[in-house]
Amino acid sequence: MQPVIQLQDIRKVYHTGEVDVHAVRGVTLDISRGEFVALMGASGSGKSTMMNIIGCLDRPTGGSYLLDGLDVSQLNRDELADIRNQKIGFVFQGFNLLSRTSALENVELPMLYSRQRLAGPELRERALKALDTVGLGDRAGHKPNQLSGGQQQRVAIARALSNQPALLLADEPTGNLDTRTSAEIMGVFQKLNDQGITIVMVTHELDIAQYTRRMVVMRDGRVVSDTPVANRLHAETELRRLQEEQKAAQLTG
Amino acid sequence: MRYLVILKVAFRALRRNKLRTALTMLGIVIGVGAVIAMVGIGNGAKAQVESRIAALGQNVIMVFSGSITRGGVHTGFGGAGTLTVEDALAMQKEVPGVSAVSPEVRSSAQIMAGNNNWSTSLMGEGVDYLTIRQWDLSDGAMFTEADTRASAKVCVLGKTTADKLFPDEDPVGKVIRIKNVPVKVLGVLKSKGVSMFGSDQDDTVLMPYTTAMKRFAGVTTLRSINVQASTAGQMAEVQKGITDLLRQRHRIQGGRDDDFMLRNQQELAETMSATTEVMTALLAAIASVSLLVGGIGIMNIMLVSVTERTREIGIRMAVGARGRDILLQFLIEAVVLSSTGGLLGVLLGVGGARLITMIKEWPTLVSANSIIIAFVFSAAVGVFFGFYPARKASQLDPIDALRYE
Repeated sequence: MQPVIQLQDIRKVYHTGEVDVHAVRGVTLDISRGEFVALMGASGSGKSTMMNIIGCLDRPTGGSYLLDGLDVSQLNRDELADIRNQKIGFVFQGFNLLSRTSALENVELPMLYSRQRLAGPELRERALKALDTVGLGDRAGHKPNQLSGGQQQRVAIARALSNQPALLLADEPTGNLDTRTSAEIMGVFQKLNDQGITIVMVTHELDIAQYTRRMVVMRDGRVVSDTPVANRLHAETELRRLQEEQKAAQLTG
Repeated sequence: MRYLVILKVAFRALRRNKLRTALTMLGIVIGVGAVIAMVGIGNGAKAQVESRIAALGQNVIMVFSGSITRGGVHTGFGGAGTLTVEDALAMQKEVPGVSAVSPEVRSSAQIMAGNNNWSTSLMGEGVDYLTIRQWDLSDGAMFTEADTRASAKVCVLGKTTADKLFPDEDPVGKVIRIKNVPVKVLGVLKSKGVSMFGSDQDDTVLMPYTTAMKRFAGVTTLRSINVQASTAGQMAEVQKGITDLLRQRHRIQGGRDDDFMLRNQQELAETMSATTEVMTALLAAIASVSLLVGGIGIMNIMLVSVTERTREIGIRMAVGARGRDILLQFLIEAVVLSSTGGLLGVLLGVGGARLITMIKEWPTLVSANSIIIAFVFSAAVGVFFGFYPARKASQLDPIDALRYE
């Protein structure tokens, strides 16, 4: 089967000031359907730039990028916007929900910009379904400030899913969350991945990367290692372990 | 993106900062209100001038005796004494398109009635004078052709004169004394108010021109002749007919100046309307400046709004909003802001015009046209001043916008 993402010698050069900054220096990578990949690296390794290119927020200076079989490396702004809308779901570190807007309306947002026009009721139905998938069906009317961090990130995941994208792209999705909530969110991702959704996640935390199936490590704009995750963590067992630890702490304390 | 959703988003964004929205809107409210009220004042003045000119009569041509110069001294119009009663009668008979002619002489006199006396202007006129001026009697009757032929000692009083001489009585049938000559009052005129030159048209006594010439003014020539053309379309033709007739009758050689002068109320109307139109335009221009300032306020606030909502713009772009979607969203927000202001401004303008009429007793005329134009203009202000901030928003880079704190 054709890979969802085919990167061929991707390069990105920023022309800032007198020196050119080579953020990405030739990355070749295939990600197949149903994979769960952690893109890792220290800051300055070029992983954020890769993330922006994979997410069609930015264009590479060189190389070719086939997303879902379509060459997106030469598209213009509007075409990239359509690709983001149809093929990619974003989950950010800071959740990036519209404040003062209900969870349901946040989830509806990508569908509003969709070229295929959905009728109001169908829109609502799909948004509610996406919220159900992340376990927040009963919080549809809540505003972001009435939700916890974990719940906000679930709304963001529901929003990313609402247009049924080919790829879910998460940028440090647990960066603003505590260990327990992080495990919960990773559980959501694992569940979605088990249903066949392709996920690429950028992170610098090794223990979070352990939840994925494949780890790609970058350094200085190049891929330095690409290995399957050996001791994969499962969110359910991790949560149970965390719970027991907490109980033990209470008993001893 | 659906327009309804965009509208909803726009209203939500405007509700978020109620005070800011209200203050921004106030600029447009005042601008539109000022335009409507000012144009209302201008149009009111114009309508008043026009009605006063119309009060002169319909299709009226005034023929004045020319001026003469004797020993370096110019007499005023009417001073030359070149117009005669025969000229007037000839116009009636010989110029086609003339429907009525009234010879006119003027004088002034102290008038007495019982214990009251009043100084007023005497107007010797033809029988058709009231028809020409579209002036009605409130009481009694006009003098007749027979009175004119007989130089009868009869008169019709203007409203003011009647009130001064007969404060508590009905003047019809009474006798007044003008220069000690007893004159019988046949009727009283309806009030015509102040002329556009500021004189009280009701402060007068009307009598047959024959009576005025022989008994009171002591003149043999006319001051002027009022001529009415049958239709407005015949005005030019009648004017030419009169000119030709008078030149011929006065034996004026070709190439020499007329010894008479023609005026019609259209010319007057045009001059006066032009004056008030300039005034209206000036008022509107001043008011437009405040609308412009309001527009700049909108632009300012939209720029602030774009900066504040950079992150929101980034989110929308990340989930697939095109530049055009963002542009439209902010543009509609600006237009909603300005046209809501415009709507309130219309109310303010109409109310303000009413208030001015009430307090200052200036006539104002707020036309549907000026309301529509002012409202459409306010929406256009929104588009014009909202475009730059909206374009700025639409051209943001999604990565930078998402990273914006």
